[in-house]
Amino acid sequence: MHHPLSRRSTLLGLTSLMSAGGGTLAVAAAPTEQRFVVILLRGAMDGLTVVAPYGDPGLAALRAPLIPPQPGQERGMFDLGGNFGLHPAMSGAHDLYKANELLLVHAAAGPYRVRSHFEAQDLLEYGAEHSLNSGWLNRAAGVIPAARDPGPGVGSFARGRGAAVEDGTLSGPGMAAAIAIGQNIPLSLRGPAPVSNWAPHTFGEPQAALYQQILALHQRDPISGPAIANGLRARGFSEEATRDMAKHGGRFAFAKLAQAAGRLLGAAGGPRLAAMELGGWDTHTGQMARLNGPLTELDSGLTALKTEMGEAWKKTVVLVMTEFGRTARINGTNGTDHGTASVAFVAGGAVAGGRVVANWPGLSRGQLYEDRDLAPTTDLRSVAKGILAAHLGLNAGALATVFPGSEAARPLNGLVRAG
Amino acid sequence: METQPIHAMTRFGFGRAASEPLPTDPTAWLLNQLRQADAPWRGTEPSTQIGMEIERALRERRQARKEAQANDQPRVNRPGEGAGMVAVTNAGQAGEKNPARMLFQDNARSAMGRAVETTTPFRERLVWFWTNHFTVSIRRPIVAPLVGAFVQEAIRPHITGRFQDMLFAVMRHPAMILYLDNQASIGPNSLAGQRRDKGLNENLARECLELHTVSPASGYTQADVTAFARILTGWSIGFQGISPGFVFRPNIHEPGAQTMMGRTFSDGEQGGIEALAFLANHPWTYRHLATQLVTHFVADRPPPAAVAAIEGILRDSGGDLGAAAAGLTRLPDAWTPLTKYRTPQELVVATFRALGPVEPAPPYQLILNGLGQPLWGAPAPNGWPDQAADWTSPEAMMRRIDWAFGVAQRPITREPLAIADDALGALLTPETRQAVARAGDRREALTLLLTSPEFQRR
Repeated sequence: MHHPLSRRSTLLGLTSLMSAGGGTLAVAAAPTEQRFVVILLRGAMDGLTVVAPYGDPGLAALRAPLIPPQPGQERGMFDLGGNFGLHPAMSGAHDLYKANELLLVHAAAGPYRVRSHFEAQDLLEYGAEHSLNSGWLNRAAGVIPAARDPGPGVGSFARGRGAAVEDGTLSGPGMAAAIAIGQNIPLSLRGPAPVSNWAPHTFGEPQAALYQQILALHQRDPISGPAIANGLRARGFSEEATRDMAKHGGRFAFAKLAQAAGRLLGAAGGPRLAAMELGGWDTHTGQMARLNGPLTELDSGLTALKTEMGEAWKKTVVLVMTEFGRTARINGTNGTDHGTASVAFVAGGAVAGGRVVANWPGLSRGQLYEDRDLAPTTDLRSVAKGILAAHLGLNAGALATVFPGSEAARPLNGLVRAG
Repeated sequence: METQPIHAMTRFGFGRAASEPLPTDPTAWLLNQLRQADAPWRGTEPSTQIGMEIERALRERRQARKEAQANDQPRVNRPGEGAGMVAVTNAGQAGEKNPARMLFQDNARSAMGRAVETTTPFRERLVWFWTNHFTVSIRRPIVAPLVGAFVQEAIRPHITGRFQDMLFAVMRHPAMILYLDNQASIGPNSLAGQRRDKGLNENLARECLELHTVSPASGYTQADVTAFARILTGWSIGFQGISPGFVFRPNIHEPGAQTMMGRTFSDGEQGGIEALAFLANHPWTYRHLATQLVTHFVADRPPPAAVAAIEGILRDSGGDLGAAAAGLTRLPDAWTPLTKYRTPQELVVATFRALGPVEPAPPYQLILNGLGQPLWGAPAPNGWPDQAADWTSPEAMMRRIDWAFGVAQRPITREPLAIADDALGALLTPETRQAVARAGDRREALTLLLTSPEFQRR
């Protein structure tokens, strides 16, 4: 997978997509044909609006103005079997649900009870109750057992290859094992497995020879040396996967990133893990109107991912989660403040979907967590561990490596279709 | 060659400007800046008065548009010309330059130009540090006409004063109140709360505890956040009178004394004043500020002894920020080789200082957007990160290179080697110097200089 530098010239003229949307994407290699995508919703998504428990008698008293119209009404919720309704902006997700490719885990939260976005997001990405020096997806990439038949072309994107720059040249053996699209690498993918990244940009570019000279000056720099070498490789690689992104402009930027992700993950020999993120969920004020934008982006992103992955969708699980939920009661500004449990989406062709899974805690007096939030009854790590075990074949030891100190959060069974 | 003078200018400033003399006593040069007055603002100085007038005009315009649209409603529904008429009217308004945006851009341009030209760069770095500590961001567009004034009035006057005074100025500034929704937070038992069934918004209270003062390490609880939010109800903004800005609104204030972190605070506006004084001088606040300062100015992994030293100065001086800044220059760890990576904003300022005055003025905000760090545009209230790992991803490095290559295209007449020697002096490595000297043309030479590992650090 060596791209000559000259091919990067076609990148010139791309507009900066990243500034238009709130999304980022990073992917990593793994020796398997199964695909796993994690989407982090930054800002705390209000699970009680997105998958509203309209059958719970306590709901209306807490937040009547925040409940979408009942199923069957104009712009009403999509009914999910009598007790829960999916937000009307999520028609694509509803299609997945009807095809049994979407499972919703409600009243779910991580193990920590902080209501700080920043701390909670970090801990969710570390996969622990304290900070670590690597993210859980990076650790997962390191312990996924190799498939007996890794599929064609996997060697060119194999784990651990390509990041070394000892020779100081640009013609290394291949790609870094992981590549992020966007200017930053998400915490969940930081760690020992090498990660690279790329984003559309507007600055001009020097000739290859000058890049070589610059790289030579940075060769012994532990920070910038590997970064520049990987940056040059990433641009060559990402050109293919992201070729259409600029044409579509900034609208639904997240869907464009999802397309790129689908194309990368769908390719033979391509990466198998992806981390995406989408912001815009911190709805302290005017929540009903403000949720439409991010929900539409998420919905079109899930649809784009399925479309672009083609046959590989059957081997795919997508986990969508947020750092915490929001208060059960409406606040003073038609919004909600930082809460605890929310809803997680598990989507994909490999998912045993068409269900809402919840040990429902209830919304009546005495049932709220700290008389304030939807109480957490499912640990998000149980959901992730259930996927890692059933979909990617991790044993108990490997799960403990990915989520240290999570013994009490047992893997959730039955998320993935048998066979 | 002695490294200390250029080291001081790089670690505590924005890098040496082309025309700047090397200080003979670097520590005295830094300490002297802490006693100097700021240079006057060039052009129209940002002010809350101007910002609030624009804010008011925008509100009135929005209101008028709403009414106009309501009046036009029947015509919109008529096929053909009705909808078109409305569209044309709106387009005409959109075509006008938005005054809030213009003011913001003017203020941002001036702030960048000021950093490039300043002769007291340590002061300016302190302004930037505290502005980021108390982040307000145009991610909430309503803040745009007020950010420049926020920096000028709530931050700048206090960088060598007491932290309590800065905190107080910040929490009463309309930019912070609007950024974190406090004008909309209503005490449920206040007059307005009882009438309108409105309630609290905890945003400002939570971020003040978490980011601005004691930090989560202090162990405050949700009950403390809620109590502080109640205390701060009524801290609002007003457009009336000769100086529009902060007003306390008793009719939305939650009545009664409140207990936060084990202390009881009075009812009314006084409760907020007491609570801020308590938080500003809390031991956990001193530790949090010391950690932030040392991380920013010294090392990504702040040496515990250095943090303890600054924490001690803050404690003994009652939160004297000038004493803390002076303490930073005396830390042994501040004179070890430079490891901190320049953020994009710092890199852009350092670059234009090194190159000397350029005409026309650079499009700073466009550049900073491309490098991922627009001025006063942090994504969240915790502000911009300032550690190497946050700014040195492969693509971020590529953009630094590509941008440097673009800047190097400017018609710069000075010899690249002279620029390199002036800008980096004793910090310039033989490898970089040789690469600059041997480059095929001026543009390549400058690109190699501006992208070099030593120019990327401070």
